[in-house]
Amino acid sequence: MLEINNIDVHYGVIHALKGVSLKVNEGEIVVLIGANGAGKTTTLRTISGLKMPTGGTVLLNGADITNMSAQQRVKMGLSHVPEGRRIFAGLTVLENLELGAYLRRDKHEISKDLDMVYQRFPILRERRRQMAGTLSGGEQQMLAIGRALMSRPNILFLDEPSMGLAPLLVQEIFNIIQDINKAGTTVLLVEQNANMALQIADRAYVMETGSIVISGTGSELMKSDDIKKAYLGG
Amino acid sequence: MEGLLQQIVNGITLGSIYALMALGYTMVYGIIRLINFAHADIYMIGAYVGYYCMSFFGLGFLPSLIIAMFICTLLGIIIEKIAYRPLRNATRISVLITAIGVSLFLEYGTMFFVTANVRTYPEMTGLLARTIKMGNIVISMQQILLVSITIVLMILLQFIVKTTRIGKAMRAVSMDKDAAELMGINVDSTISFTFGLGSALAGAAGVLVGVYYNSINPLMGMVPGLKAFIAAVFGGIGIIPGAMIGGYFIGAVEVLVAGYGNSMYRDAVVFGILILVLIVKPSGLLGKNTREKV
Repeated sequence: MLEINNIDVHYGVIHALKGVSLKVNEGEIVVLIGANGAGKTTTLRTISGLKMPTGGTVLLNGADITNMSAQQRVKMGLSHVPEGRRIFAGLTVLENLELGAYLRRDKHEISKDLDMVYQRFPILRERRRQMAGTLSGGEQQMLAIGRALMSRPNILFLDEPSMGLAPLLVQEIFNIIQDINKAGTTVLLVEQNANMALQIADRAYVMETGSIVISGTGSELMKSDDIKKAYLGG
Repeated sequence: MEGLLQQIVNGITLGSIYALMALGYTMVYGIIRLINFAHADIYMIGAYVGYYCMSFFGLGFLPSLIIAMFICTLLGIIIEKIAYRPLRNATRISVLITAIGVSLFLEYGTMFFVTANVRTYPEMTGLLARTIKMGNIVISMQQILLVSITIVLMILLQFIVKTTRIGKAMRAVSMDKDAAELMGINVDSTISFTFGLGSALAGAAGVLVGVYYNSINPLMGMVPGLKAFIAAVFGGIGIIPGAMIGGYFIGAVEVLVAGYGNSMYRDAVVFGILILVLIVKPSGLLGKNTREKV
């Protein structure tokens, strides 16, 4: 479904991604793990069009989207929940969700999806008239995910959805990600919490200093000694 | 007492002009964090467009106003595209210096074409030339027109920003450009729209000033521009209702100082307010104190 080949990204003179290639098949949950600064977020930003690569290609369902703008990619079914949630703090919860459906014109279907999001996250319905900035961290993460779902994505990118959340909430967020995937959305997940991420992953990639160093199925990687030592704390 | 009421009437009139201009400063600042110094010159060009529409083409007030707003909208969009967009990722100071350059270019470019002579707007006739007397308070129809057009434009602006799709996009872009882009919002065209909207209001202010004060010249934007900027800062830069309140406040202060103090001091008092605001509450009347994130 999604395929990136040999992507290079530079920030000025810094070579942030060095020939990164990865593949996400339809219906999978693919996880990208690695230490801080390894290039995970940059990889996602490149796929969603916020950062232009200096080399390589990004293919979506076989079409070359390397030079497309971010909004064209949203139209093609990509949706990105950015690191740090990045909700619009000064807008209401409802306005945030409506912005998620910004490119859609099918009012009837939009309100159906709004109901779907409210069903998945009942707290958002309760707080729909509240400014998004007043929500708790976990609620904001739910809003960020709900907002991303409002574009009816085929593939959803999540950048560290567990960051800064209490363990109980982390579990809940991971359950939600699995639910979303079961409902038919392909997921590419970037996580620091390697242990939990690998448990739900069909396949996973490990990044180090701008390159992918290991790849395999989730269970393979969980058994790997290198991974255990470096990322799973044992 | 009647003197005071008269001053208040005059203050509201002047404040309307400042408020219209301050809205443009504040919207542009809100969306790209730029003090657009060329904004005051768009106001000047609006005044000239209105002048030529009325005196050369003999158009009435309303058509002239609409044409001036339209041309200013285009001008604002073009300026953004040519001067500011290439600097989207440059440092803020480079963009600010460019804005000053654009301002000087517009002032002296206009002077080249229309000369530095002061022009006078044609006399208003009919209904617009009348005045209403209530005791010793005199309200001219022009003042009523000026204030009511300002209010209509403000309501229209609030409607656009609060309820329309593009208005929602404007607010989203001003809060977080990357996140807005991830929603599928076209950030560039949203910024263009914001410049166009602000410039239309400045153009309207230019025509209204021409009608009300009669005389216009290519440097007429400089001082009112600075005062409107102060109004925007006073209300909280980036906040639309703040610019409206700030505009009326600065207008009232200026008229009251001129009426009861010494009109020589009115600019000093207004700039004093800027200094005071920057010391006491730099985020302005309606602003929240936010720490800059590194």
